[in-house]
Amino acid sequence: MSIKRKAALVGIYEHPTRKAEDKSVAQLHAEVAKGALEDAGLTKKDIDGYFCAGDAPGLGPLSMVDYLGLKVRHVDSTDTGGSSYLVHVSHAAQAIAAGKCDIALVTLAGRPRSEGSSGTQPRNYGAATPDGPFEYPYGGATANMYAMVAMRHMHEYGTTAEQLAWIKVAASHHAQHNPHAMLREVVTVQDVLDSPVIADPLHRLDCCVVSDGGGAVIVARPEIAKSLRPPLVNILGTGEAVKGQLGGKVDLTYSAAAWSGPVAFAEAGVKPSDIQYASIYDSFTITVLMQIEDLGFCKKGEGGRFVSDGNLISGTGRLPFNTDGGGLCNNHPANRGGMTKVIEAVRQLRGEAHPKVQVKNCRLALAQGTGGQLGSRHGSATLIMERGE
Amino acid sequence: MLMAPERKLPAPSVGPDNKPFFDAAANGKLLIKQCSACGEHHFYPRPICPHCFSDKTNWVESAGKGAIYSYSVMRRGSPVQYVIAYVTLAEGVTMLTNIVDCDLDAIRIGQAVRVVFKPTEGGPPVPMFAP
Ligand SMILES: [Zn+2]
Repeated sequence: MSIKRKAALVGIYEHPTRKAEDKSVAQLHAEVAKGALEDAGLTKKDIDGYFCAGDAPGLGPLSMVDYLGLKVRHVDSTDTGGSSYLVHVSHAAQAIAAGKCDIALVTLAGRPRSEGSSGTQPRNYGAATPDGPFEYPYGGATANMYAMVAMRHMHEYGTTAEQLAWIKVAASHHAQHNPHAMLREVVTVQDVLDSPVIADPLHRLDCCVVSDGGGAVIVARPEIAKSLRPPLVNILGTGEAVKGQLGGKVDLTYSAAAWSGPVAFAEAGVKPSDIQYASIYDSFTITVLMQIEDLGFCKKGEGGRFVSDGNLISGTGRLPFNTDGGGLCNNHPANRGGMTKVIEAVRQLRGEAHPKVQVKNCRLALAQGTGGQLGSRHGSATLIMERGE
Repeated sequence: MLMAPERKLPAPSVGPDNKPFFDAAANGKLLIKQCSACGEHHFYPRPICPHCFSDKTNWVESAGKGAIYSYSVMRRGSPVQYVIAYVTLAEGVTMLTNIVDCDLDAIRIGQAVRVVFKPTEGGPPVPMFAP
């Protein structure tokens, strides 16, 4: 069974806050749910499927379905870190295709900025985590676990810090037009190189922002979607994958996107060169580079050249990406950027991105997520969407 | 020359399936697992082989020699700078670790390293590597 054109994205909402000191995480979830329902022209009673991940407070759907006052016949709390919400869209489409629900709500929210979270804090996932005893003493944080991927890429393919910096430069060109973006100043390659090194070889400006906020999307059966506001945004293909250390055969030269991407492209029946806009998870510049290669936008090892000279900037480059400014400049709510990747792709397909960054006649878009730690265990999810009639 | 300063190491949480590893570490030995069904080594150690799913896995002592596969010096956001790394052992498995007792600015991929053991706070020592 394929999910091609079996479901459509009918509602989106990105919370405008970037610092929510006076709001609870549950409240932020409710606010983004409300926003997405208003965007879709639906009411809470229409929702019969609910999806959330580890950012949801309490016991996932048990807490949130009750808090939001929903009555649903399908729930899913798959957690693959920041890629969860792309997985949720895929699972929602599958559930709709299987008749398990008609209109699914996916929410994400968090306040890591107010809570003082940082990508340089070693991650401890608890005493029962099987890898924990072999990793936690070594200070594996987010920044250095991604940095090792960059270091190996440079060693293997000659990728340079300047090339990685171009990814941030492109994101900043887009963010200047987003009034909600945390960082709206256009930066240069030199600005990135001049920013302090956090974890070799990644500079501060190679890292995403830490922000509060959230987002929500609503996925619906096509017959219902056609009765709502146009245009239709159809889901064409999805893929998901998890990659780890392969029993000690560690290989940092490719990510799980090399597995999730081909599945999504095959289901959609399109190829990378057909994609007009791509939302690509940007926890760090290296994250973008790896996914661009692994999705087949260029050959393995050529990502550095591909992203250089503004090739990711809308209007001038071959692959316009993250036109909201992405995680590098706009926001990274709950330290999980997958939701905003879906939202900006839908804006592009609707023609509702900022006019300065809107891709002309955008009919085919991709959203790509990476969650967890690229240098150890991570999830990947690929989502391909079209603008329908 | 910037020597890696001593970092306070949190203790690993020792459980039934990894206790032999940390008991050996306390005696200055690095153990890895080898599967007698498929012959492959694996890391981190598990009772059931992640390659073939056999439960015939045995503890074997590594020679403790390897080469740096990748690394990163944490320059900011930590009380002391330290080097996280993947080291590929001569036996073929790659393990997450730290590079210690060396010049932070002279580390390179491919560099030969050997195991050393460093004390943790209230737990068994853990294997790290030095040039
Ligand atoms: Zn085996």
